[in-house]
Amino acid sequence: MAALVALTVSIISFALIYMAGDPAVALAGENATPDVVAQIRAQYGYDRPLPVQYLDWLAHALRGDFGTSPYFRLPVSELIADRLEVTMILGVLGISFALLVGVPMGVLAAMRPNSLIDRAALFIAVVGQAIPSFWFGLILIVLFAVNLGWLPASGADSWKGFVLPTIVLGYYATPAIMRLTRAGMIEVLGSDYIRTARAKGVKPRKILFKHALRNAVIPVVSLAAVQMGFMLGGSIVTESVFALHGAGYLAWQSISRNDLPTMQALILIFSLFYIFFTFLADVLNAWLDPRLRK
Amino acid sequence: MTPPMVSPPAPVLSPRRQMLRRALRHRGLIFSSIVLGLIVLIAVFAPLLAPYDPYKQSLIARMKPPVYLGGTWKYPLGTDALGRDMLSRLIYGARVSLMIGLVSAGLSAVIGTVMGISAGYFGGRVDRFVQYLINVRLAMPVILVALATVSLLGGSMFIIMIVMGLLLWDRFAVVLRSATMQVRAMEYIEAAEMLGARQSRILWKEILPNVSSHLIVIFTLEMAHAIILEAGLSFLGLGVQPPTPSWGLMISEGKEMLLFDSWLIMIPGIALFLLVFSINMFGDGIRDVTAPEGRN
Amino acid sequence: MTGTILSIEGLTVDLPKGGDRSHAVENLSVTVGAGEIVCIVGESGSGKSITSFATMALLPRALNVSSGRIVFEGQDILKLSEADHARLRGNRMAMIFQEPMTALNPCYTVGDQIEEVFLSHTDMPKAERKARTLALLTEVRMPDPPRIYASYPHQLSGGQRQRIVIAMALALDPSLLIADEPTTALDVTTQAQILSMFRELRRTRGAGIMLVTHDFDVVAEVADKVVVMQRGVVVEQGTADEVLNRPKHPYTRQLIDAVPRRARDDARETASRPEVLRVEELTKTYRIPASFGRAAREVAALRPASFSLREGETLGIVGESGSGKSTLVRALLRLIDPTSGRVMIDGKDIAAAPKSSLRTLRRDIQIVFQDPYGSLNPRRTIGDQLVEGPVNFGVPRAQAMERARDLVRIVRLGEEVLQRYPNQFSGGQRQRLCIARALMVEPKILVADEAVSALDVSVQKEVLRLLAEIRDRMGLSMLFITHDLRVAAQICDDVIVMSKGEIVERGAIGRVFADPQHPYTRELLAAMPGQGWKVPDLSALPPAVA
Repeated sequence: MAALVALTVSIISFALIYMAGDPAVALAGENATPDVVAQIRAQYGYDRPLPVQYLDWLAHALRGDFGTSPYFRLPVSELIADRLEVTMILGVLGISFALLVGVPMGVLAAMRPNSLIDRAALFIAVVGQAIPSFWFGLILIVLFAVNLGWLPASGADSWKGFVLPTIVLGYYATPAIMRLTRAGMIEVLGSDYIRTARAKGVKPRKILFKHALRNAVIPVVSLAAVQMGFMLGGSIVTESVFALHGAGYLAWQSISRNDLPTMQALILIFSLFYIFFTFLADVLNAWLDPRLRK
Repeated sequence: MTPPMVSPPAPVLSPRRQMLRRALRHRGLIFSSIVLGLIVLIAVFAPLLAPYDPYKQSLIARMKPPVYLGGTWKYPLGTDALGRDMLSRLIYGARVSLMIGLVSAGLSAVIGTVMGISAGYFGGRVDRFVQYLINVRLAMPVILVALATVSLLGGSMFIIMIVMGLLLWDRFAVVLRSATMQVRAMEYIEAAEMLGARQSRILWKEILPNVSSHLIVIFTLEMAHAIILEAGLSFLGLGVQPPTPSWGLMISEGKEMLLFDSWLIMIPGIALFLLVFSINMFGDGIRDVTAPEGRN
Repeated sequence: MTGTILSIEGLTVDLPKGGDRSHAVENLSVTVGAGEIVCIVGESGSGKSITSFATMALLPRALNVSSGRIVFEGQDILKLSEADHARLRGNRMAMIFQEPMTALNPCYTVGDQIEEVFLSHTDMPKAERKARTLALLTEVRMPDPPRIYASYPHQLSGGQRQRIVIAMALALDPSLLIADEPTTALDVTTQAQILSMFRELRRTRGAGIMLVTHDFDVVAEVADKVVVMQRGVVVEQGTADEVLNRPKHPYTRQLIDAVPRRARDDARETASRPEVLRVEELTKTYRIPASFGRAAREVAALRPASFSLREGETLGIVGESGSGKSTLVRALLRLIDPTSGRVMIDGKDIAAAPKSSLRTLRRDIQIVFQDPYGSLNPRRTIGDQLVEGPVNFGVPRAQAMERARDLVRIVRLGEEVLQRYPNQFSGGQRQRLCIARALMVEPKILVADEAVSALDVSVQKEVLRLLAEIRDRMGLSMLFITHDLRVAAQICDDVIVMSKGEIVERGAIGRVFADPQHPYTRELLAAMPGQGWKVPDLSALPPAVA
């Protein structure tokens, strides 16, 4: 399944550049002469039949060669390799933030449904889900960088530069993780096997951590993988708000400059990361839950 | 000898009455309905309510602060860098956001519902194919693909709505698939088959009514999602094009003045938050009211 | 008797406000002595389970004990702290639950979960814990203990899982064992083994056992003392002999009266009537596709089955879970496609009919399902659901409504139910409505698939009587599928016994009970609980005292 999905995604990323018609025209710009367009068409091989173009592109892509960026005038793979580190760090920090906040909040809320803690957590979740991340980023900049001067507004020169972007990237995934943890915990805590554990005289703390949490986090693991994939996509917003030169920012540049080869490569790479994360989640879940092992 | 009649059923309310009763007791639902209702009214009657033409620039009235920051009532929410009245732009912006939210979510609801219900009802090959489509869709980074397509096709509102509608159906499909599978396994479906109901009738009378509460809840979620996404695209300069009064665009335009005049981003941001917040709260309320057992 | 282990005195448990009554349990007093099995009997909602949970201090948060004492080994459970409860539970008192399929944590091996009892209450070293666990597995008669030790719950059957729960309960030799409907979810043969295990435990370990059940035959099988509960109140208690053979309270008598009798006297002659259904060599085989390390294989869910049903006859199909009886019914109705064979009704073969003509063929054969809560669409009114069938077959709606009104009266409900929704009815009422719905299209054959299994005994009896009455009045033929031989005996003329996907025996009900031919049938009959108990003739007893 994963392989089929990856293949389809590669076809879509390839086909994307044909959406607006002739990619050579798009690359050349609106005022280009027919000669220039023809030259570009030949240079990028857009004059060949589509299947040939696709297979050629795929064959190169599999070797890590995505062609040359017409805007940066550098190999696309080099460009991306350069920028990916920042984005990956940000993604890992973001998902960690979301998990470290979301899971404990969800567990606390589930232990006393409808209590003050539960209502507060749910309220925070609804509020959090309604704040657009780019706006939230700007507000944080005004507050912590401009007014208080504690943290830099942009750049990744030190760890301080990652604090605000991490929060902006992570908070948006937090409500979903918190809700799912809460729902899972409530269901598990009401389950028969928790009652059995209580009837055995297992201590409440151990019931919570050994018996309940393990069962409740299984869906959360899958969600976290999905969210991690979304975060890579979301990095485009965060990185442009905080002027971080990562892959997301590169994506934004390539899109606004009509840099088709880079655009293609980034969409494919982000998709492959997503597929990889979900695969990782499946492996982790099979370890957590013996029923999922083949 | 006639056997005794079984005692008449206890006077429990019908499902619809029960829902109505729960709805009237649900504070979040009432609050969000009022806020949403107001925003819809503002959007519908924008031409009557807006004090100025939202597109009209004025060189002499640039960057006027809102009243609460010492401005005058002439421009209650101030003016932007081109001297356009913020209040009027805000009022017209509600139209953009609601329209985008409704149309995009509507389109994806149709796509996702058809896919989810067919997968859940027919199972087998249909299900495997739909799951494959869902996986492909989830693997594509939404913002990136939306940005790329919009930039290649041009950023008109129509195109944005269509592109987002074609991208945001995944949750409909996922949720309705599993909801349909649950309903499919109920014995009343088999009873209907035994009573000679055709497939179309089973889908329409037995399945759809029992998954519709999920449909409404996801619709609100995706509407909110679409509104935020449009604002994000516009913020990145690749969504709705100026001078359209989109709230996301307003924030983007205010970004330049961020360090000095943060009200320019605060006002549209708060409007955006309020709209999305009340849509989400409305969805939560609907879920509580229609399926109280699925409250978590 | 060596002394009291548990004494519940004046226990009252409040229900949350807004229910149909204010107490789940009211002023209940019961004692359990060492080496004694006390059965608490009642129908659903009687408060019998609440009593057992209160004793274990496992009541859900919404329920509060408002008065009374629960004295266990000299201390009042209700006055202890949560930590004290944890110390007692699994150690001095232990509990076995109704649903073995969900009672074990899916993420840990059963060995690990049994050892947790030792881990929680003792400081035994790892090796000793394991040795004791293996010994326990042997004691509850599990095959191959080392393999079971390392198994996960999902790899075991329901009966095996219940034994694991029992092993946990026995681990530290508790003086009190509470079992809440421990055999209700199990097959009758497994039930018999587990009940005999209880009897043995009473003897070898001298523990007091409190057994909660709805089944008087189970009571007759094991009880020393019986407590009968109705709507939260004890209506009668006494020795097993007193309560079973000389019940005093009218409610107890009503329950005992509803206990299915084993044999019926009024044999009906059906052999000469015309055939309405003939099943020939019907089979269903599932193909399991190849997966990692396993070749594709075929599993026969139903081996060639042949039988016929005559007009006005009721044919029982009896078998335990996995016997293939559900597969047979579903293949027969084409709810699943059979692999081969013929199903002839009125000269037409349902099994071979194209999907398009199934609609009209099915009109003659209708079904009532097991789950009263899942077989009515919660979003449609009863009337709307009743007219569905006739309207699908082209009957005008008004005319169908007229028939619906007649039928709800026949199933003894008022006409006003047609405007209502399913959530406004009890389980028994829903089953009546399902029967009415099935009859709306005037079928020749009615299939009842475990149609009374989910109901309380007294309701069960009413629905059975209704079915028999309708059958006779309308000249229906009936296929009656059940796991419970006692229920089959109530209504069937003939029975088919199924085991492992195969029909092993067919015969008149009286003959099968008196002279079973197949070893499996004999095993099944031997496993039926309460055989030593001859249900008393209630009319011969002195007048009831409430």
